[in-house]
Amino acid sequence: MSEQATTGTLRVKTGLAEMLKGGVIMDVVTPEQAKIAEDAGAVAVMALERVPADIRAAGGVARMADPTIVEAIVDSVSIPVMAKCRIGHFVEAQILESLGVDYIDESEVLTPADDEYHVNKWDFKVPFVCGARNLGEALRRLGEGAAMIRTKGEPGTGNVVEAVRHMRTMLDEIAWVAGLREEQLFGAAKDLQAPYELVKWVHEHGTLPVVNFSAGGIATPADAALMMQLGCDGVFVGSGIFKSGDPAKRARAIVEATTHYNDPDIIARVSRDLGEAMVGINISDIPDAERMQERGW
Amino acid sequence: MRVGVLALQGAFREHILVFEALGASTVAVRLPEQMEGLDGLVLPGGESTAIAKLMRAYGFYEAIRGRLETGMAVWGTCAGAILMAREIGDARPDQEPLGLMDIVVRRNAYGRQVDSFEAPLHFRHIGEPYPGVFIRAPYIESVGEGVEVLAEHDGRIVAAREERLLATTFHPELTVDLRVHRFFIEQIVAVQ
Repeated sequence: MSEQATTGTLRVKTGLAEMLKGGVIMDVVTPEQAKIAEDAGAVAVMALERVPADIRAAGGVARMADPTIVEAIVDSVSIPVMAKCRIGHFVEAQILESLGVDYIDESEVLTPADDEYHVNKWDFKVPFVCGARNLGEALRRLGEGAAMIRTKGEPGTGNVVEAVRHMRTMLDEIAWVAGLREEQLFGAAKDLQAPYELVKWVHEHGTLPVVNFSAGGIATPADAALMMQLGCDGVFVGSGIFKSGDPAKRARAIVEATTHYNDPDIIARVSRDLGEAMVGINISDIPDAERMQERGW
Repeated sequence: MRVGVLALQGAFREHILVFEALGASTVAVRLPEQMEGLDGLVLPGGESTAIAKLMRAYGFYEAIRGRLETGMAVWGTCAGAILMAREIGDARPDQEPLGLMDIVVRRNAYGRQVDSFEAPLHFRHIGEPYPGVFIRAPYIESVGEGVEVLAEHDGRIVAAREERLLATTFHPELTVDLRVHRFFIEQIVAVQ
């Protein structure tokens, strides 16, 4: 570019997330699935080697997907492509950036590579989305350079209860910070273990400074609309689509329910005859050590 | 004056906030019947494929073309500019634009997200340089005879106007500079 132009700014990083709002981001493991997602109206796809439900079933160490898979998916669709790196694994992130993905998800769905530090996301031109269960976690990720947040839920379960819990916690804590007096913000930053400047921003604006999607357990159009009515900006659907009986139809239905989340007539219509939903897991049946939401510091 | 912002997906809330700051009454449009009585409509940034599918599923194509004949002004930003075009340079086979405006648009014209950028623009009729925010942006490859080019970046057309239609390939709604929104209201919507 010969004329003055600056790439990799925070505004273009957070700006792409703004463009995804009100939309559905779908996990895919093949170019064919990516095309089904795009045709259904997904705003982006998450390129993976396995969806979370299969990662959970397979056990062992889950890593970044094979570059061949990521590249094949990047080449197959015109919508943005996201891909996951392990928490703290900045070399996986470098690889994903070099493959041309549009967003990196530093994700608890994969096995963490660092038990103390997350990736320093300011080092990258490509933007990052990170999971969070509460305001402190979200603000720590933003302090490290994340440009988008998603509440974690419990991935690969088809059970929306944790997604709801995390979204409510986030909104409750934002409301709490917004209602504090200024001199209380220093103590709040300490309690939240979050950067003071970001706590102050939330206090002044009553919202997160970036887009906040919901993830981890959304399996039906009603789940998606529930999260939207609770106040998220859009949804990630992982295993919920391609682990169901009729992925194309379910994907379309979740897209429509996310747009028309306040219109029960439309949600009722699109919820009909979707075939089998993914088999869900009760959170209490998952041993503590296997709860993905606990990963991240 | 009533301005609607298509609220199927994307950065519609930002447009609504700017128009409200400028004193226009606004409507978030999710169904075609909500366009009744609008003087102007904004097709916001977002994912053009996703927005187009939802538009078609809910009958927006016919409805917008119909409202155009009754004098509604339309402004498309980024994805919205793609939808307004007569032709999409590198469209997927199933991607039919609305075809409102005599421009040809190329999607994702600068590359992927790492190529998204900010650059100051000289935007005709609004004075001092305008902060252009380009996110996986398209550009306008060519324009028809009746189209006025309003801004270029690096030799590519990034803003254009044809009568009551305005297309910008960048995102004025992501800045705190209200001049393009004011231009749309004062120079296009208000001029019957």
